[in-house]
Amino acid sequence: MRSAIHLASAAFALAALSFGAAQLAAAADTPDPVADAMAFQKYFTTKFPKLKLEDFVNGPYSMNEDMHRQWEEKEQFPPYDFALDAGKEMFSKPFKNGKSYADCFPNKGIGIRQNYPYFDEKEGKVVTLELALNRCREANGEAPFSYVKDEMAALTAYMAFTSRGKPFDIKIPNDPRALEAYENGKRYFYTRRGQLNFSCASCHVQSGGERIRAEVLAPALGILNAMPIYRSEWGGMGTISRRFMTCNSQTRGVPLNPQDDEYRDLEYYLSYVSNGLPISGPGARP
Amino acid sequence: MIRMSTLSLASLLLIAGATSVLAAGSEADFKAAYAAAEAANKEAAGLRNQWTTTAAALAAAKKAADSGDFDQAVAFSKEAEALAQASVFQSKTEKEAWKALEIR
Repeated sequence: MRSAIHLASAAFALAALSFGAAQLAAAADTPDPVADAMAFQKYFTTKFPKLKLEDFVNGPYSMNEDMHRQWEEKEQFPPYDFALDAGKEMFSKPFKNGKSYADCFPNKGIGIRQNYPYFDEKEGKVVTLELALNRCREANGEAPFSYVKDEMAALTAYMAFTSRGKPFDIKIPNDPRALEAYENGKRYFYTRRGQLNFSCASCHVQSGGERIRAEVLAPALGILNAMPIYRSEWGGMGTISRRFMTCNSQTRGVPLNPQDDEYRDLEYYLSYVSNGLPISGPGARP
Repeated sequence: MIRMSTLSLASLLLIAGATSVLAAGSEADFKAAYAAAEAANKEAAGLRNQWTTTAAALAAAKKAADSGDFDQAVAFSKEAEALAQASVFQSKTEKEAWKALEIR
């Protein structure tokens, strides 16, 4: 009898343990963007304990004193200035139908960069600032701009400039599709691809702050806050689309098309985990 | 897990190198090898993970075939096929393996 009771309690304890373990496993797999963002920011602030949270937006220029000095000198005559001026002019110039970009955006497009990308519940997809700008053009009878070239970089440079200092404020609405887009972006960020077998995280998480040949890799935290950027390596301005595509081809992967769902979701994820860090764009990078 | 997948990937690429050296053939061999490479690359496209090196090997195969060098064309086609298969393998492995890198 006693052994039967022992056996029964052991079986009960085992069942309780298995139930607990199953619940833990389920909890580990349940998407939790708030916990993700906290862990993401903690990882980088622990890895770079001397750096203030807001300094991560300066990417490689915040990694050491020499680089920081270079950044300070660069900021006296910033190489993105010409794009900023062009962007301001383009933004205020009316379309042929008399309307302008200001008519397409909340607050007439001023100081709103920190809210992009957002999840559009009508469309069921992520909408980036670059995409919204081209949709605005098309809705007003204008041809869309290339997502990787100067005009788009100039427009987003101006809009980012009007948001400088405002913290990223990306929302994930209570919509399973939004959570799915966020999760897809996260998966894209960590997935190895290309012949070199690199993920975005290989360079910008594991190796952030390290050198790859002559360059210092930017940590992923705050990496989009400075976009668009003037890159000395490119000899010109580049958008977020251009940055993602270049990363793919650098690992010997065929880039996707600009604003394909994967890139939109990736931007959503990366922006969300940098919530609270200030917009610093347009930026300059080596 | 990651080390394992990297090793498997490396083996696939080594096999690709070996088959490239051994490959030789006629126009018909080229057409068959090229079709096989294209099919594998199409599968990689479906997984959204084509490699630039596959595209380069396919282009080189076509160029060699156009100049009548079918030995070289078959070799490049087989290299392209192995690269495409490696990219497919990578996508399938990464379906779960990415989670090991996630910051938690």
